Amino acid sequence: MSEVKFSKEHEWITLEGDVATIGITKHATEMLGDIVFAELPEKGSNVEKDGTAGVVESTKAASDVYTPVSGEVVDTNQSIVDDPAKINEDPEGGAWFFKLKIKDQSEMDSLMNKEEYDKFAKETSS
Amino acid sequence: MEIKKTSLNKLHQSNNAKFVEFAGYEMPIQYSKGIIEEHKFTRSNSGIFDVSHMGQLFIYGDETLTEELEKIFPLDLKNLKQNCSKYSFLMNEDAGIYDDLIITKIEEGYLIILNAACKDKDFEILSNLLGSKFKMNLDNNRSLIAIQGPKSVEILNSIINGVDQLSFMTGNWFDSDNQKLFVTRSGYTGEDGFEISISNDKAEKFVENLIEKGAQLIGLGARDTLRLEAGLCLYGHELDINKTPVEANLRWAISKSRLSNGGFIGSKKIMNQMQDGASQIRVGIKPEGRLIAREKTKIFNHTDKQIGEITSGTFGPSVNGPIAMGYVDKEFSKVDTKILLEVRGKKHPANVCALPFYKKNYVKGVN
Repeated sequence: MSEVKFSKEHEWITLEGDVATIGITKHATEMLGDIVFAELPEKGSNVEKDGTAGVVESTKAASDVYTPVSGEVVDTNQSIVDDPAKINEDPEGGAWFFKLKIKDQSEMDSLMNKEEYDKFAKETSS
Repeated sequence: MEIKKTSLNKLHQSNNAKFVEFAGYEMPIQYSKGIIEEHKFTRSNSGIFDVSHMGQLFIYGDETLTEELEKIFPLDLKNLKQNCSKYSFLMNEDAGIYDDLIITKIEEGYLIILNAACKDKDFEILSNLLGSKFKMNLDNNRSLIAIQGPKSVEILNSIINGVDQLSFMTGNWFDSDNQKLFVTRSGYTGEDGFEISISNDKAEKFVENLIEKGAQLIGLGARDTLRLEAGLCLYGHELDINKTPVEANLRWAISKSRLSNGGFIGSKKIMNQMQDGASQIRVGIKPEGRLIAREKTKIFNHTDKQIGEITSGTFGPSVNGPIAMGYVDKEFSKVDTKILLEVRGKKHPANVCALPFYKKNYVKGVN
């Protein structure tokens, strides 16, 4: 599996072959607070880089989930829809959002590595 | 304008509060445990709420004060016993609501608790209505602390002996730590609890004492989910100048004895609406599934006609599901009516339901 990459919209992404797994970062869940609702893209649909691909809602507000790369949705994680609290518990592990069959691996190039993202998250939240 | 801070601001900070601006005040939205934990702790134990941003208006005068206030509020104040409280409204001539409030008869006058965002305007309106005959004091030297939840009575009584003898919606002065506190058995969470009016310089120590006895600080986020589960209105959401108490389904708060003769501001409109019904009315709404319908969500019937709008919507931690309140056309206000909520461009099924979403645990009578 590839190195974990991060977007400025606080998504993480890993790549295995041409299938990417995408979720939201721990930092994002800390900003959102208790997550109580998740909506995922439909299997078989196509999503475009930086487009919306889902929604999460905390007790406070709704936020869009964006996709950091383009591709076809090949799988979604129903368990976070059934129990959204899992997203707070294990955001960068078991609580992934969706998997994409990606078209253009070069879309990954502009994303941040862990060190860059941690710095970005720290700067933007203070 | 500089943001205002309550006397508990430092204590909030040292308890890792996340702050938001609310009605010009820097207020804690939540602490480190988060809204759901804070909500559940209040329901099962005892939560402390800093509500010092709310207005504490003391009005003093002779019996003519009662007469003058009856021209303003739809209450039977002449027969209100000392130390008893009533929920009421400040209205305009069209029965539009300037503010909702709690009024308590105290020795030689009244104490009125006002919403933070409305208190200065309320003071101006009441000053104009009452003239200069009565002493009015919107007291900024006092803090207001609410303690809510089933263990609150035991905790508070261990600090202020005798509060356990108060019944719901009554209050009294108590002596504690060489000062006079006004304590009412009331609150806005659907739980048994108290509100304590205390001088600013004593507030921090008092709250630290409550924490030592096992209560925990709770932010405005959980206050909102708690009041919504209890089916209680929040000014600026369910209530505003374009809504009347009848439309808000709060006719219980209007004293029956005042309805025959009127004589309070807005009474004509209220009496008409009581007779003919209002065209829109506030209801409880439960979306099906887990969907959350926030404020301003449009409500439709099954033939695609808009029939209303959501005024508050969130996830209810004790109900363990989404809950909302809103206004719908009268013919759709019956419990179990099927409605549709438009969220992110799609219409989702929901049901009109009875309020509250969560059953109250108020202590009605002690003796």
